[in-house]
Amino acid sequence: MIRDWTHKTGCSRSLFILLLFLSAAGRAFADVAQNTPSIFAPSSTPSNEIFHLSLFVLGIVGGIFVVVGGLLAYAVIRFRARNQEDDTEPAQIYGSNQIELAWTVVPVLIVVVLFLTTARMIFAIQDAPKPQSALDVTVVGHQFWWEFRYPKLGIVTANELHVPLSSTSDPKPTFLHLLSADVDHSFWVPQLAGKTDLIPNHPNDMWIDPLHPGVYVGQCAQFCGIEHAKMLLRVYVDTPEQFAAWVKEQQQLGMQDPHVAAGRHVFETEACMNCHTISGTDGRGTFGPDLTHLMSRDTIAAGAAPNTPQNLRVWVKNPDDLKQGSLMPAMQLSDQQLDDLVAYLSTLH
Amino acid sequence: MADQTLPISGSVDVTPPHAAAGTFLERLHGWVVTVDHKKLGILYVVYSLIFLLVGGAEALAIRIQLMIPGNHFLTAATYNQFFTMHGTTMVFLVGMPILFGFANYLVPLMIGARDMAFPRLNAFSFWLTALGGLLLYFSFIGGPGLYGMGAAPDVGWFAYAPLTAHVFSPGNGTDYWALALIVSGFGTLGTAINIVATIISMRCKGMSLLRMPLFAWLMLVVSALTLVTITPLTAAQFMLLIDRYLGGHFFDTQAGGSALVWIHFFWIFGHPEVYVLVLPAFAIANEIIPVFSRKAIFGYPAMVAASVGIAFVSLGVWAHHMFTVGMTSVSNAFFVLSTMLVGIPTGIKIFNWLATMWGGKIRFATPMLYCTAFVFQFLIAGLTGIILSVAPWDWQLHNSYFVIAHFHYVLVGAIVFNIFAAIYYWYPKVTGRMMSERLGKWNFWLFLIGFHVTFDTMHFLGFLGMPRSIYTYEPNRGWNGLNMVVSIGAFIQGVAALIFVYNLVWSYFHGEVAGNDPWDAWTLEWATPSPPPDYNFATDPEVKSRRPLWDLKHPDDPDWKYE
Ligand code: HEC
Ligand SMILES: [Cu+2]
Ligand SMILES: [Cu+2]
Repeated sequence: MIRDWTHKTGCSRSLFILLLFLSAAGRAFADVAQNTPSIFAPSSTPSNEIFHLSLFVLGIVGGIFVVVGGLLAYAVIRFRARNQEDDTEPAQIYGSNQIELAWTVVPVLIVVVLFLTTARMIFAIQDAPKPQSALDVTVVGHQFWWEFRYPKLGIVTANELHVPLSSTSDPKPTFLHLLSADVDHSFWVPQLAGKTDLIPNHPNDMWIDPLHPGVYVGQCAQFCGIEHAKMLLRVYVDTPEQFAAWVKEQQQLGMQDPHVAAGRHVFETEACMNCHTISGTDGRGTFGPDLTHLMSRDTIAAGAAPNTPQNLRVWVKNPDDLKQGSLMPAMQLSDQQLDDLVAYLSTLH
Repeated sequence: MADQTLPISGSVDVTPPHAAAGTFLERLHGWVVTVDHKKLGILYVVYSLIFLLVGGAEALAIRIQLMIPGNHFLTAATYNQFFTMHGTTMVFLVGMPILFGFANYLVPLMIGARDMAFPRLNAFSFWLTALGGLLLYFSFIGGPGLYGMGAAPDVGWFAYAPLTAHVFSPGNGTDYWALALIVSGFGTLGTAINIVATIISMRCKGMSLLRMPLFAWLMLVVSALTLVTITPLTAAQFMLLIDRYLGGHFFDTQAGGSALVWIHFFWIFGHPEVYVLVLPAFAIANEIIPVFSRKAIFGYPAMVAASVGIAFVSLGVWAHHMFTVGMTSVSNAFFVLSTMLVGIPTGIKIFNWLATMWGGKIRFATPMLYCTAFVFQFLIAGLTGIILSVAPWDWQLHNSYFVIAHFHYVLVGAIVFNIFAAIYYWYPKVTGRMMSERLGKWNFWLFLIGFHVTFDTMHFLGFLGMPRSIYTYEPNRGWNGLNMVVSIGAFIQGVAALIFVYNLVWSYFHGEVAGNDPWDAWTLEWATPSPPPDYNFATDPEVKSRRPLWDLKHPDDPDWKYE
C-alpha cells in the first residue's frame, strides 16, 4: 500500500505561492526607478495602446487563473484522502460528453474575443498611415552600436537618438527605418514602443510619437554577439526649441580648433580615420560611429560609459576596458598621443 | 496486497536474475552491447540526468554573474558560451533523451510487448545521441577557440543567422553545435521511428488503440511529431555547414542570403519541439494523477483527441516567435489566431485532470505532489503563453525575461516537475526499491519554493524591460533586487537537485523493497516483477480494458463492462 503520504494540505501551498507572487510584485514596483524601461510606464501612442491592451488581456487571463486555480485548490483540499486505513475506491467516472463540450465552448468564446481585440490592435499600430509632419530616421544596427541618419536633415549620429516631442494637437511622430550592417539586432525602448528587429537584407519600419519630453532608455533586444549586453539605446525627446537647436548644432562641420591640432593630427594619421568620420577632416570611415559631434553625446560606446575625458582616454587606449569585445581595436598609442587625442575629441561639440 | 503477483495471463512470477552476476567488466560490457529496451531506457535516463546536472551548473554560473549589476564572475565571452550551452544541453541532451528514455523503458511494458520493434536500431540511436552530447561538450576543450577558451558555441541555442556565418563566428564553436545536433538528431529520429513502429505493431492481444494507456498514446503522438520537426532542423544545420565550408549562401546575407529563412526553419522545428517535450510530461501526468486520485482518467477519448489536436495545430504556429521580425499585419494576425487555438485543447487537458481528481481520494505521495504542482504551473505557463500570443504585447515582451520566465514555467514547472514525478513513481519498478519519501518531500518542497522564487520573479524583470541573453546590466535600471531574488531561488533549486541525486543513490542501496505494484496501479508494467525480467512477459498478456489490473483487482466491477 502507499506509505506515509503527506498530510500537508494543498491549501497552505497555494497560499504560500500567492504570497510569493505578491511580494515579488511589490518589490518590482517599489524598485521602479527613473531609468527603468518599464512597459507599464508608456509615453508614446504605440506603447500606450499596448499598455491598455495588456491590461485587458491581464484581466482575462487573471480571471481564468482565479477560476481554474481555485478549482484545483478546492479539489486538492476537498478530495484529499483523509483516512489511510480506508481501502475502498471512490466511484469511477469515465467522462461525460456534455461536460467535455461545455469546457470546450467557453475557451472558444474567450479565444474569439481575444483574437478580435488583438487583430484590431495589430492593424492599428502596424499599418498606421504616416502623416506629412513625420520625421524620418534611418537606424542602422552595428555590432555593437547604433547609427542614426536623418536623411532630410543631413545628420548622422550614433547611439543617442534625438526626436521631437509629439502631441495630439500637433502630431510629430518619428518613423524609423530599420537596417542592419551585419547581424540581427532589435530596437527596443519599452516606454516608446514594442521592439522591431533590424535584419540584414530585410528593412523594417516602426514609429513612435513621444508625448513627454525626457530621456528614455532601452537596448538591443536580439542577441548579436559578444557585447550584445552593452548595445544600449538612449532616446532624447526634445521640445521643439531644443530639437531645433540640436539639429542646428549637428548640421555644423566639425570643430577646427588650432589649439588641438596635435590631436587632430593623430586622428588623421592613425587608423582612426579608416573607421570614423569627422566632417572637415580626412576621416570618412563608417565602420565606427560618426565623431563629428561626439561631445554632444552624454555617453560613449553605446552607453558603456559616461562621456567624460577620462573615459574617452580609457576607451581610446584600450576599448576592451570598457566593453570587452567591442570591434574597435586598441591602437597602442603613446601617453602623449592619447592626451592630444582626448584634448582634440573634447572640442568636437 | 502490494506484493502479490497478479495472476494476469502472461505475467511471470520469476525473481529477477539478480543484477546479472559477473565481474565489473563483464557487466559494463553488458551495458554497452545491450539491445534490451529497459537497459537502454535506463541509459537514456542516466545520461540525461548527468547532463541535467551539467546544464544546471551552467545555469548557476549564469545566475551568479547576474546576481549584481556589472559583475565580473564570467567574461562576456564565457557567459555567451554558457547560456548557449545551457539552452542546447537542456533541450537536446536532457529533455528529449530523458523522455525517450521513459518511452523506451515503459512503452513496451505498458502495451504488453517483449521489446521494442527494432532493438538494434534502439541501441544504435542511443549511442548516436550519446555521441552527439559528447561532441557538443568536447567543444569546450577541442578546436581553436576565438576568445581563448576552447570553442564552445556562443551564438545562442537558436543560433540566428547571420551571426553563425564564418565572418561573425570564425571559431569552431558553431560547427560543433551544428554537427553535435545533427548527430544526436539522427539518434532521435531512429528512436522516434522505433516508438511509432512498436506502438503500431507490437501491442498485446486485446489492446486496441483505444485501450492503450494514455502514456503510450502520447508517446506515439510525440514520436510522430518528432519525425516532422527534427527534419527541418537537421536540414537547416546542413545548410549552415554548407554556408560555412562549401561557399553556400543560404543564410549569408552579405551575398544576398536570407536571415529570415533560418528563423523560419528554426521555429518550424522549435515550436513543435516544445510539444515534443511537453507531451511526454502530459503522458506522465495521465498515468500518475488517476492512480493517486484512485479514479479512471476522465474523458479518455477527449484526452486522445486533444493530444492529436495539439500536435497538428502546433505545426502551424511557429511564427509566433517572429512577431518582431517584420511580417505583414495579416501574417501576424494569422499566427495570433493559430496560437490562441492551441489553448483550447490544452485547456481541455487541464480540465480533464481536474475532473479526474474531482471526487477522488487523492494520496499525496511524492509523485502526486509533483503532478499537482505540474497542473498548477502548467496552468500559469499556458496563460503566459496566451499573453505572448497577443502580438502587440509580444512586441514588448519578446526576448525579454518574461519569455524566459514563460518557457521555464513550461520546461521546468511542467516538464522537470513531471520528470521528477515519473522517477519517483517508476523507480520502484526499475530498481525494485522505493525512493525515500522523506527525502522526496524535502526534494519537492525545496524545489517548489526555489522554482517560484526564481521564475515568478523573472516575469517582473520582463515587465521592467530586461532583455534576455545579456551578461551584465546597468545598475540604475531598477533590476538589481529582482535579479538577486532570481539567483537566490536558483540556488534553492540547486540544493533540491542535490537532495534528489542523493535520494536516487541512497534508495538504490537502502530503499524499502517495493514489490511488484507498490502504488496499487492499473497498467501492465505493474503486473511484472520489479525489476522486470528480460523480455518482460513469458507469454503474451491479454487485456480487456484500459486498466487491466483494475479488472483483476475488481472482478465484480471490471472496466470492460463500461468501455
Ligand atoms: C577598426 C575600426 C576602428 C578604428 C581603427 C578606431 N575605431 Fe573608434 N570605434 C570603432 C567602433 C566599431 C566603435 C563603436 C564601438 C562600440 O560601441 O561597440 C568605435 C567607437 C569609438 C568612440 C566612441 C564613439 C561613441 O559615440 O560612442 C570613440 C570616441 C572612438 N571610437 C575613437 C577612436 C579613435 C580616437 C581612434 C583612433 C585612435 C579610433 N576610434 C579608431 C571602430 C574603430
Ligand atoms: Cu545588437
Ligand atoms: Cu512556440
